[in-house]
Amino acid sequence: MNWTVRLTVNGEPRTLALDDPRVTLLDLLRERLHLTGTKKGCDRGQCGACTVLVDGRRINACLTLALSLNGAAITTIEGLAQGDQLHPVQEAFIAHDALQCGFCTPGQIMSAVGLINEGHAGDDPERVREGMSGNLCRCSAYVGIVEAVCAAQATLAEQKERAA
Amino acid sequence: MNRFDYVKPATVAEAIAAAAAPGAAYLASGTNLLDLMKGNVVRPARLVDITGLKELTRIETSGNGDVRIGALVRNADLAYDASFAKDFPAVAEALLSGASAQLRNAATVGGNLLQRTRCAYFYDTASACNKRTAGSGCDARDGENSQHAVLGWSEACIATNPSDFCVPLTAFDAIVEIEGPAGRREVSLDALHLLPGRTPERETVLVPGEMIVAVRLPAAARAFAGHARYLKVRERNSYAFAVVSTAAGLVIENGSIREARLALGGVAAKPWRAREAETLLAGQAADARAFERAADAALRDAKPSGDNAYKIPLARQLIVRALQAAMQGTPARMPALPASPFSSVPGVLHDA
Repeated sequence: MNWTVRLTVNGEPRTLALDDPRVTLLDLLRERLHLTGTKKGCDRGQCGACTVLVDGRRINACLTLALSLNGAAITTIEGLAQGDQLHPVQEAFIAHDALQCGFCTPGQIMSAVGLINEGHAGDDPERVREGMSGNLCRCSAYVGIVEAVCAAQATLAEQKERAA
Repeated sequence: MNRFDYVKPATVAEAIAAAAAPGAAYLASGTNLLDLMKGNVVRPARLVDITGLKELTRIETSGNGDVRIGALVRNADLAYDASFAKDFPAVAEALLSGASAQLRNAATVGGNLLQRTRCAYFYDTASACNKRTAGSGCDARDGENSQHAVLGWSEACIATNPSDFCVPLTAFDAIVEIEGPAGRREVSLDALHLLPGRTPERETVLVPGEMIVAVRLPAAARAFAGHARYLKVRERNSYAFAVVSTAAGLVIENGSIREARLALGGVAAKPWRAREAETLLAGQAADARAFERAADAALRDAKPSGDNAYKIPLARQLIVRALQAAMQGTPARMPALPASPFSSVPGVLHDA
C-alpha cells in the first residue's frame, strides 16, 4: 500500500509518496528530502537534536509520524536564514559562542526560536533554562546557549517594536 | 519497530470502527506510543491516527461551570490557557513540570492519561515483566528498584504511573469521558487506572476499542484556585519523572481549613488520592501539626518494594511542604521552575 503526505517544508510545498507508514518526520527530512541539518541524536525524544517547527511550534521530529502531519508547515534549520542573512537566533549563537562540537546546535536553535515564539520565558535566564531543558548539549555549552537565547529574544523584541 | 497498517479516520465513529481490528491501537501525537514501538515494547498491528478528529481539540465550559477538555488538546495549550490556569492552577503547574517543552507541545490530554509506566524492566524486552508479558515474572523485584512503588504494589508489579497531570486531576475529582464500541460512559479519573494485583498487564478500565474523548473538571474544583500547588521531587531539576510528587488544594476560612484535596504521584501504579488525609484536614487550623497528621495518614499503608524506603519520609515531607505552600496561596505567576520544591515559598521553612 502507498500513502501520500503533503507538507510545506521551509516554504516549499512537497508531495511525497510513502510505501511505509513507519517513516518519522525526522527520517523523512533527512533521508527523503536530504535536509540533514536536523540531527538524529537519541531518536527517542530525550535529546532534542531533532527539534523542528511544525506550524510554528517546536516538537521532536523523531517521535512524530510524517503521515500524521499531512498538511502541516515544517521549518527546519535550513529554512531559518533569509538568503545570506542569518536569523537573529543564529547570529546570537555565534556571538555568544553557544556551541562546541555543534551537533546539538540545529536543535538548540530551532528550540530557541520556538521558545521565543511561545513568549513565556522573556529574557529571564531561569525561565530560558527551564524552557530549553528538552535540548541536551553533551559539550555542556549551556551558559552560552542561555546567553544567546536571552540576547536573541531582546533583538527580536526590538525588531518587532521597530516594525510596529 | 514492527510493520503496521495505518488509517486516519475523520470521525469518532469511524475511529472506533477502525480500532475494532485485532491488535489496533489509537495514535494521538505518539510521544509515548512511538517510543514504545521503537523499542519493540509494544507491537500494534494497526495504528488508528485520531489527530484528525478536530471535535476533540476544544476546551469548553458547560452551563453548570464544569470545564470539558477534549482528549486531543495539547498539554502546552491547556497549561497556557489563561482562564484554565487561573481556575485550576495546580493542574497547569503539573502539566508544565512534565516532560520537555517540545513534548508538551505535541502530547495530548488523552495520551497523557494513557501513557505507560516507565519502569526500566518494562522497557527492556530482555527482562521479565508481568506487565509486558503476562506471567513472565518481574525483574524489578530484585533489581534496580529505587524509583518504584511504595503504595498499592503487588508481588507481580511494583512500577509507578509517571503522569504529573493525573495527580491534581484525581485530587480535584476529574471525570474521564470514554467512547467505545458499546457506546459512551464516564469514570472518575481515580477509577481509570487499576492497581496491579495479579493482572498488571491491565493498566486501566478501558476495554479494547475504547477511546478517551474528554476529561472534565467539576466547577466545584475552582474553590481551591486560591490555594493550590503541585510539587515534584525529581533527580534533576527539569525534564525528569517524579520520584515523588503531590498536589494539594485548600479552601481556607478565617485561618482554618474548610476543605482539602491531596494526591500523590510517583508512588503507585496509579495517581494516589489521599482521602483520609483530606478528611483529617477539614475543619482543622491550617498549621504544621495538621499538615503532619495528614501526611502521616496519607502514608500509613506505605511500604517499600525494594531500595525505596526513602520515598516514604520524602513523600511525607513533600506533602507537608505542598500543604504549606498551598496555604501561602497560589503564586500570582507560574514559578520559573514549575513544581520545584526548591523555589522559596514565603513563610515555609526550607527543611519543612
